[in-house]
Amino acid sequence: MKFFMKNDNIIESTEFKVEMIRKDFPLLTTTVHGKPLVYLDNAATSQKPWDVIKAIENYYAHQNSNIHRGVHYLSQLATEAYEESRKKVAQFINTAHNHEVIFTKGTTDGINLVASSFGRKFIHSGDIIMISTMEHHSNIVPWQLLSEYSGASLSVIPINEKGELLLDQFKSMLNKKVKLVCIAYVSNTLGTVNPVKKIIEISHQYNIPVLIDAAQAIQHLPIDVQELDCDFLVFSGHKMYGPTGIGVLYGKEKWLEDMPPYQGGGDMIKTVSFDKTTYNELPFKFEAGTPNIEAGICLANAIAYIKNIGFDQIHRHEHELLEYATDELLKIAGLKIIGTAAHKASVISFIVDNIHPYDIGLILDKLGIAVRTGHHCTQPLMDFYGIAGTVRASFAFYNTKEEVDQLVSGVKKAVRMLS
Amino acid sequence: MTIKETQDELIEDFSLFDDWMGKYEYLIQLGKDLPLIDDKYKKEENLIKGCQSRVWLHIDYTGNKVIYTADSDAIITKGLVSMVIHVLSNHSPEEIVNSDLYFIDKIGLHEHLSPTRSNGLLSMIKQMKLYAFALQSKVNN
Repeated sequence: MKFFMKNDNIIESTEFKVEMIRKDFPLLTTTVHGKPLVYLDNAATSQKPWDVIKAIENYYAHQNSNIHRGVHYLSQLATEAYEESRKKVAQFINTAHNHEVIFTKGTTDGINLVASSFGRKFIHSGDIIMISTMEHHSNIVPWQLLSEYSGASLSVIPINEKGELLLDQFKSMLNKKVKLVCIAYVSNTLGTVNPVKKIIEISHQYNIPVLIDAAQAIQHLPIDVQELDCDFLVFSGHKMYGPTGIGVLYGKEKWLEDMPPYQGGGDMIKTVSFDKTTYNELPFKFEAGTPNIEAGICLANAIAYIKNIGFDQIHRHEHELLEYATDELLKIAGLKIIGTAAHKASVISFIVDNIHPYDIGLILDKLGIAVRTGHHCTQPLMDFYGIAGTVRASFAFYNTKEEVDQLVSGVKKAVRMLS
Repeated sequence: MTIKETQDELIEDFSLFDDWMGKYEYLIQLGKDLPLIDDKYKKEENLIKGCQSRVWLHIDYTGNKVIYTADSDAIITKGLVSMVIHVLSNHSPEEIVNSDLYFIDKIGLHEHLSPTRSNGLLSMIKQMKLYAFALQSKVNN
């Protein structure tokens, strides 16, 4: 394939390809403060392709109905589309069963579900839940809440200065009291790709189940839950070019069967009487109430879009952007990249001398460049580095080298103004 | 100078700049020029937490005048803070309570007052007015 070869002509064809992809994303052509938008906040949320936008419109124009309970035609239609999407998700991450895919509101909701349901049954006083220094607050606070009412405690896997997990320390921290290991596949702040397969392997030697927070991985890497052998895996639709308000919790059947329901309500019951309620089978046991039907259905369109491009091409292009941006940013005097792991996704956090990240973010915004500034919901990680926050640029497959150039010249301008 | 006059003066100052860069450079200069708060007042009780930048506010009240001093860790926020202080400080609680802060909007920096910015500026202004209101109620009673 031309795309992968390296000579001058082919680089042009790479750019040509990106330009074609960009046409699928209407918001990428917008202007901000009179300047063309340079969208580098993809780790917060991704833009949506026409395929997804049109599917949302199509749902409300042609399919809208409540699912799983209607006898009528439209309800059947919506139910079929919703369940078809579940199958697409199951294939996408290669689950053993379709009913191991639980639709949630998003990653945070999925983690809270496990903390609540798995926690009630399997976490007791004196137990340990293991997380890491680089976790997002969403993979810290639910476990703290669980610890508060169960009497369990948290233990934290340390990292080195580059932002890599210290695996030897991790091994030495494992013991019979550890009941669950919860780790980000990719750090939202540092971009570190953690060796989750190894972590799962080691944890399983102690019979400890593992939850993988794949919110920042699902859009960058192919994920096969059976190959990983993870017990739980969570992610959000909106970070993978899909709709907001839908997410996925994958759980191994044996755990999901054993866990009590999360919330009570419609759809999750088999029979209800005032004496005793019996619960519905998987996955419905964990899906109380009318879900976000439209988002659930249209998640399948986002998956189809990603599959159509292919993870090989996604990875190659994003990695090229990561390397180019890293090299170019490091040419700026006083700029320091936070997170220099050997394996990284296309996320770059940086600080410049003593300049506040918020000030840099404000100037970049005026130049039409969207980045995120602050602690990125990883305050303990900021404490580890002894900083208040960073500027974070996160790249998607629709970003270009020209946009990296604009970022670099924008940062230079901001530094000139602020120094 | 009244609160209104100070605001009008600032609006005139900023009218010299016809683009955002000029305005921001002036703001940054204001932020740099003013060491606004004594370090001993940069304590937890005086901290107004924005998600993005932090603001410290210290308030004195003498001779029916409220004296505000403040600081921020982000320079653009500090520039904005210094203008608000310049406008409201050294006035009576009544004047502060009844004041209408229109200058930020007029000089085209209204986006910084959006609650979504979470830079601490909006909370600081609320805090300043609330304090003046409490003083006013105390005086009236």
